[in-house]
Amino acid sequence: MGRYLLRFGALSYLAVLLLAPLGLVFYRAFEHGFWPAWHAVTSSDAVHAFKLTLVVAAIAVPANMIFGILCALAVVRYRVPGFGLVNALVDLPLALSPVVVGLSLLLLYGRNGWLQGHGVLFATPGMALATIFVSLPFVVREVVPVLREIGTEQEQAASTLGASGMQIFLRVTWPSIQWAVAYGVVLTMARALGEYGAVRVVSGNIIGHTETTTLFVYNRYNNFEAQGAYAASVLLALAAILTLLLMNRLRPKEETR
Amino acid sequence: MIEARGITKRFGEFVALDDVSVEVPTGSLTALLGPSGSGKSTLLRVIAGLERPDAGTVLLDGADVTGRPPQKRGVGFVFQHYAAFKHMTVRDNIAFGLKVRRRPRAEITKRVDELLELVQLKGLAKRYPAQLSGGQRQRMGLARALAVDPRVLLLDEPFGALDARVRKELRAWLRRLHDETHTTTVIVTHDQEEAMEVADRVVVMNAGHIEQAAPPRELYDSPANEFVMSFVGPVNRLGDAFIRPHDVELLLEPNGATQEAMVERLVHLGFEVRVELVRDDGEELSVQLTREQAEALELMQGQIVYVRPTRQTVFAPEA
Repeated sequence: MGRYLLRFGALSYLAVLLLAPLGLVFYRAFEHGFWPAWHAVTSSDAVHAFKLTLVVAAIAVPANMIFGILCALAVVRYRVPGFGLVNALVDLPLALSPVVVGLSLLLLYGRNGWLQGHGVLFATPGMALATIFVSLPFVVREVVPVLREIGTEQEQAASTLGASGMQIFLRVTWPSIQWAVAYGVVLTMARALGEYGAVRVVSGNIIGHTETTTLFVYNRYNNFEAQGAYAASVLLALAAILTLLLMNRLRPKEETR
Repeated sequence: MIEARGITKRFGEFVALDDVSVEVPTGSLTALLGPSGSGKSTLLRVIAGLERPDAGTVLLDGADVTGRPPQKRGVGFVFQHYAAFKHMTVRDNIAFGLKVRRRPRAEITKRVDELLELVQLKGLAKRYPAQLSGGQRQRMGLARALAVDPRVLLLDEPFGALDARVRKELRAWLRRLHDETHTTTVIVTHDQEEAMEVADRVVVMNAGHIEQAAPPRELYDSPANEFVMSFVGPVNRLGDAFIRPHDVELLLEPNGATQEAMVERLVHLGFEVRVELVRDDGEELSVQLTREQAEALELMQGQIVYVRPTRQTVFAPEA
């Protein structure tokens, strides 16, 4: 009986807090049929915002994938001095508010900052930097435990058989960590698409120029163009559902490895 | 020939190897024997290049390889826990060393087929390591190490994770393999029976030192010290003398040179009978007799017998 109560409680909690609001967004987006929603997301500002989001993600995701793999190898395999500290700091973006991340970038690259100029702020580079910062931990966090679990013996065996460092990585290490990397990349992607706070601070929020999808949603809503906001939200929600599906596909493989 | 000279290796405060020198003649099968923590595995890993010594040099066929990475030493290494490449089939595991050397495909196929035959895994070439038994995995590990024609074959407790029966089979098989290939081989083991059975030279190690290096028979018959004597076989201690259980005669009548003892327990081990005795001064003594000898004496628990050592060893006190 207690079990059913617990299950009912959990489901209603999810329904009230997650599904109902999200469902309302879908309802509102298509309240007046498909075409108003379609026009709202195909306006030039909307298309620009989607493109910008993808560009930022296309910079941040590969950057964090490469950094994540190298960082995990440095921490687990090579015990690079100082990387213990890096390992501890990697989680910082999870704990720190994105607004603070944005503000710190603003101080660094803004007027009187150490690295002022260079066209970083209020432009794509700054937004990519902010996104890289907030989505940093995911690949590292997925790869580190897998590297620990597989141990070093297979790599040592490969080295006695004459494999170079690169051959060992490509033929022995990579096949063992590839699903963990894929899982981390999906999480990074989700975070990059959905980031608002840090990007908002460094972008300057110039409509039609430095406006990503999340900023587009917020700006439209504030300008009483709710239709556009709802329609773009539906796209972000669809991206999230796709992410969940990908995660579910990747997870079992990771476990049966 | 493998020569290790003055090897020292520390892990933090722990000294795993303390100025150890050893030679392994070309074509021999040498065992490094010792209890856990004696440094035998570390010495093997230093020879392979998997561990960098703090001091000392390693020579392979006269060339100093101390600074060379494992890739460039031409050694084959077999791990206790197999270190199989889990995502590769048996065939791909064995072919690995040849593939990274970019040998022609036809040559690789031919060589791997030969090795599959040699290690009797021909029907299992398409299986993955997880689908093999421990013994099969270790034979695959051996084939993988042999594929690149290593100058020396190094085995780190290769049969340690296997059950007793498979261990015995593989031991005999390894010996036959060595008799065919004559690859210079070093096997690390903590099992004295394994070392004595398979190797033609045994190096006994203890606490980072070498206690004695000798052929198995010499090791058993004239051990250098108390540690070697008690490590390579069961031993009784009577005062300063060490006596093997089979070097004792039991008599029913006292006779000038004998001591009195009581039979505490009789253990029948097939062909052998182990007699556990307590002497009148309270010291315990274990004696090994053949079944015929035991039956001729009609031994029973609680019986009084007279003990006469036929051979005993006394070590000079250590300086």
